Amino acid sequence: MRQEVAGLPRERKAARLRRPPWRKVLAGVLNYALLIAILGFAVFPFLWTLAIAITDKTVGSGISIYAFPQSLFPKAVTLNNFLEVIEKLNLGKYFLNSLVITALTVAGTLLVSALAAYPLARMSFPGRNLIFGAIVSTLVLPTEIAFIVNVLTLRDLGLLGTYLGVVLPTLATAFGIFLMRQAYLAIPGTLMEAARIDGASEVQILWRIMLPLSLPSLTALGIFTLVGTWNAYFWPSVALLTNEELLPMSVAILKLKGQFNYDSFNVAAGAVIMMVPVLVVFLLAQRFFMRGTEGAVKG
Amino acid sequence: MNARLLRTLAIAYGFMLPMLALKAVYAFWPILFGTYLAFTEYNIISPPKWVGLRNFEELFGLGAFAARGPDRDFWYGLTNSIKYVLVVPVIQILSIGLAMLVNRQLPAIGLFRTAYYVPVVTSFAVVGLMWNWMYNQYGPVNFILTRLGLMDAGNPTNLLSNPAIALYAVMFVTLWKGLGYYMVLYLAGLQSIDKSLEEAAVIDGASRWQVFWNITLPGLRPTILVCSLLSTISAIKVFEEIFVMTAGGPAGSTYTAMYFVYAQAFQDFRYGYAAAAGLVIAVVSLIFGVINFRLTRGGNSS
Repeated sequence: MRQEVAGLPRERKAARLRRPPWRKVLAGVLNYALLIAILGFAVFPFLWTLAIAITDKTVGSGISIYAFPQSLFPKAVTLNNFLEVIEKLNLGKYFLNSLVITALTVAGTLLVSALAAYPLARMSFPGRNLIFGAIVSTLVLPTEIAFIVNVLTLRDLGLLGTYLGVVLPTLATAFGIFLMRQAYLAIPGTLMEAARIDGASEVQILWRIMLPLSLPSLTALGIFTLVGTWNAYFWPSVALLTNEELLPMSVAILKLKGQFNYDSFNVAAGAVIMMVPVLVVFLLAQRFFMRGTEGAVKG
Repeated sequence: MNARLLRTLAIAYGFMLPMLALKAVYAFWPILFGTYLAFTEYNIISPPKWVGLRNFEELFGLGAFAARGPDRDFWYGLTNSIKYVLVVPVIQILSIGLAMLVNRQLPAIGLFRTAYYVPVVTSFAVVGLMWNWMYNQYGPVNFILTRLGLMDAGNPTNLLSNPAIALYAVMFVTLWKGLGYYMVLYLAGLQSIDKSLEEAAVIDGASRWQVFWNITLPGLRPTILVCSLLSTISAIKVFEEIFVMTAGGPAGSTYTAMYFVYAQAFQDFRYGYAAAAGLVIAVVSLIFGVINFRLTRGGNSS
């Protein structure tokens, strides 16, 4: 490869080093034009949904809400759609369900992963490699049939249609365990040795040294789990097929479509309510979020 | 066994107990029992009845089902799931491009990266709602298509209700939602490539294309393997996009393999048959995984 590069004509080399300044400006403008075009592609559906959600449907009737581009610029703006969807559909109930399911899942995932990763990272004991291999194997084992059996298991345990039934099968993830393990591995061993000599127990080492020093990874895992759980659609809809009272917003919102005889203004308002908490969390903690995404691959 | 080893074992397994219990019940048991179910007839009401290979014969149209032929719904779904893999090369190429675009030190570049990631953190429920509106007869997508002369302005039709196009329309949404995710992964990959290599090549007079082809792309190979693997497996298992946008329609044109599993289990209550179909899908994903591995030469960057 080096020879190929070195074999280039000399004139071209010189040309690249002596680029006129106007070309730099042009390249910059083109860059931003492309960036902005892609930005439009990525966020347009959100803007349009927001526009529909705040449209006052009592004003200027006769135009289809889908009529484009008119619907992007509502004639009159209102928050009525939000009130309507909360009142009529009892959206508060589903919002609360989402909160409970998400809180339980985040707390459970952090607890299970933080505990399990410690011996896997910093202790040597018989069976460690076996357990490690077993966790890795869950990444490749067929999950296509797992959800069927999990529904049957939950029914036998009397947990089908409960919050716990939705939460429990999702807690022990290879992702969480690996993320925490990586964090523990990065902590200097001398710290642990010093604590052991001072007579600290393993629980104390985990609680006083490992966890405080792994806060960034814990936060990343927590936020990742939070967003994933809040948005989850398939599993909660299967696990709560028998008890729609406990449905999270993500599942309820699609039911809304049918129940509301498709009043799209209200449905759009519901979608906005569903999105806002996650967007806020994401924007506040995006650094951790990206770290989690990368961790999913590196872990 | 001495006391110290016993203590270490107790502590180690004590810490891992919640994880091991959960994995055993909700990850390993489903694999064992699910595989067993695939060879049974089970409808919850009566206990599973061993039927040997009959479920598979029914899926593939063999043995007792030779006259009827393969299960049409299943094959239709599996074909669509395999078609869905077409999204993989497109999404990988575009997100590598996107990652390179946002990998520069430009003012406000962080803002663009964040915005590109927003679709990733959006629930499929909301994505489904939004894109159903986007594809509406008089919605933005058709607005653009008619302006480009790709659709009859007098009589625009919803792409999602066109059996020939619906699957591709849903694939486009998968692309829209996934780009940001792979962009972040490729960004990490790009930043792990040794900068001095690229600089040396540029000084030696290599063109941009040569640098990309000979240095950047080989450096990205491990990331490409992981990303295309993730993306292929989720393409074969595609379900949520379909469920929230077309529910398998119109006329079954977006019916996928996992949709078949779901319908067999939770609509027809044929758990054994659903498990058999799930196993077949798992094998298909595995085959595609191996193909990925081969195509990226095992993700070796050298």
